[in-house]
Amino acid sequence: MGVATVFGLCGAAAVGLGLYGVIVNPQPLRKILAFNLLGSGVFLIFGVVARRGAAAGFGGDPVPQALVITGVVVAFSASALAVALLLRLFQETGRATLHADAATSAGANEADP
Amino acid sequence: MPQHLSEATTAGGFLLVLAVVLPVTAALLAFVAGGRRVEWIALGTMPLGLAIAVAIVVAVPQTGAPLVYLLGGWAPPLGVALRADGRSAVMMAITAVVIGAIGVFARADFRTPAGSVEARAPFAFWILLLAIWAALNMVFMGGDLFTLYVALELLTFAAVPLVSLDGRGETLQAALRYLLFALLGSVLYLVGTVLLYGTYGTLDIVLLSHRVHAGPPTLVAAALMTAGLLAKTALFPLHLWLPPAHAGAPAAASAALSGLVVKGSFFLVVRLWFDVMPALPGPTAAQLLAALGAAAIVFGSVVALRQKRLKLLIAYSTLAQIGYLFLMFPLAVDPGSAQFQSGGALTGGMLQAISHATAKAGMFLAAGLIYAGLGHDRIAGLGGIARALPISVLAFALGGVSLIGLPPSGAYLAKALLLQAAAETQQWWWAVVIQTGGMFTCSYLLLVLGHALAPADKPVTLRVPVPRIGEAAALALAMCSLLLGLVPWDGYLSVPVGIPSNPPVLKALATALWPILGGIVLAILLGRWGQGLARIPVAEAVVAVVGSARRIALALGRMLVRVDGTLRQWAAAGFSLLVVAIMFGAAMLAGR
Repeated sequence: MGVATVFGLCGAAAVGLGLYGVIVNPQPLRKILAFNLLGSGVFLIFGVVARRGAAAGFGGDPVPQALVITGVVVAFSASALAVALLLRLFQETGRATLHADAATSAGANEADP
Repeated sequence: MPQHLSEATTAGGFLLVLAVVLPVTAALLAFVAGGRRVEWIALGTMPLGLAIAVAIVVAVPQTGAPLVYLLGGWAPPLGVALRADGRSAVMMAITAVVIGAIGVFARADFRTPAGSVEARAPFAFWILLLAIWAALNMVFMGGDLFTLYVALELLTFAAVPLVSLDGRGETLQAALRYLLFALLGSVLYLVGTVLLYGTYGTLDIVLLSHRVHAGPPTLVAAALMTAGLLAKTALFPLHLWLPPAHAGAPAAASAALSGLVVKGSFFLVVRLWFDVMPALPGPTAAQLLAALGAAAIVFGSVVALRQKRLKLLIAYSTLAQIGYLFLMFPLAVDPGSAQFQSGGALTGGMLQAISHATAKAGMFLAAGLIYAGLGHDRIAGLGGIARALPISVLAFALGGVSLIGLPPSGAYLAKALLLQAAAETQQWWWAVVIQTGGMFTCSYLLLVLGHALAPADKPVTLRVPVPRIGEAAALALAMCSLLLGLVPWDGYLSVPVGIPSNPPVLKALATALWPILGGIVLAILLGRWGQGLARIPVAEAVVAVVGSARRIALALGRMLVRVDGTLRQWAAAGFSLLVVAIMFGAAMLAGR
């Protein structure tokens, strides 16, 4: 089993764990952390792609590395924005939950005369 | 997009750079200048940006090929290209128009108050509006899939804070839900990008379209990217974030979010399916995509009819209209080659997107004025508002009328094109869905107008005077949508012969009659009328006749509302996203 395969499998495992966390875990902060794990898994797969491109004789394909750097910046800003929103939500309401309130669903279930 | 292997920057290619650089520069300048200068910088940018968009619209048909700009002079696959074809040009122009109208409208709401040096909400609003504009322009002309990923993320990051400008807990929660779900979608898109790069060694759209062939990595990439983009477009059942976000945002922000932002990811689905891999998804996946669209129309419309608040009703109608956009996909598949073709059906879909951008922005602006005037937006309490705010109600009505598809609106032309494509490819079931969609649109318009035109119990006194210029902006957008059918689209979107943009009056009336009649029936059966229905003498007689039918319809409506509530739970939506991705993978495999 080559290095690329091991890293590929690790990336896939991180993606799987991250996806599970984002979808199943009810706490927003854990969702943000899980999203970062998910992102790391994808970036690892980028690395594998760069490594496989290296078969042509180069030390490594530079394009995926450039893409990963951009991707890391994007994921960082996303996490920062999400944490800022979460902090503000906690300050405003004293709770940090994503469950829709009755107010947002507008009581559409009520009987109609 | 015509195929060029050896590309060079075309004459006028610099316009593409300007279209992105201008709003970005303005946003940066606004950061530096601060205070009330932000508003003036943003407003000053708008005519310049519109001029650039118009210049691109003029330049595209002259060359007969896309405008191209190679960044740094490096050709793909090493460099990055910006390309604007007819589709991009049209979308950029309509974006500039809608942003301009929103800017004019927002001057009243987001003015830095006298006496304060700088206020947080106006400062954020104008900068975010410029950022949305820059990101959308990038989405429309990005030439490679990774640039498009970055543009899409910029769009999301600019759109999310717009939701929570007022800083209430409810809207902060809506913004966070929006952000997290959009991030999940963009990660799926990114995985697809990696797989494509790993397989083909390029992300350039034109190069990929030559190299792409069906294989497991490509199919997985296509399915993941499609599902991710659909999550960002809020196609049913991935719509958990849309209603609270679009209904909770301030009116000007709602107009930008509902009119423009969702079109960005929709545009990328079109790019992916029609330009990158036209031969790959196949007819089965197209049927699946349109089936989700049809479900969105039914769910969005029925739940819209059950809403108590005007802004939530419009948000759910956006959900239905997003579904409408995806009906064109099976109609655009060439029956012989199973390839996606840029023909009449695609033009119909794009026209629908453009009409919706203008009409829905106008309707949200009008609803914002009604909200401001009344101090609430309960549909049951709208009585008498047509007398107090006639222009706003007119703007709302005209926006709705143009969405139904009455001539000469853009949606009328779109509907004619889609129906023709459905007839040509012998897919009558989509013709039925298209007509039903028009009826549903008509039904919730009638519900709102029925309440707004009803006499008030006591004379309506406006809480605050409504700015005339805001009403003018809303009306201008609605009129724009209503007249889009008269625009000669030939140089930009392919319009097959035999579609008159200005049909004979009688024939047009006859085609318009069906959605209206169906809309009346649906509105009576499913609408939330309260005591309102009893006031209209004819409706009372109708209710007496269809009483049991209405009871059944209401039970059905309540069931759909409950299902909608379940689907909008986080875990259910996340799971749906994975299921949608797997279903697209299976459909693409089966379609081969």
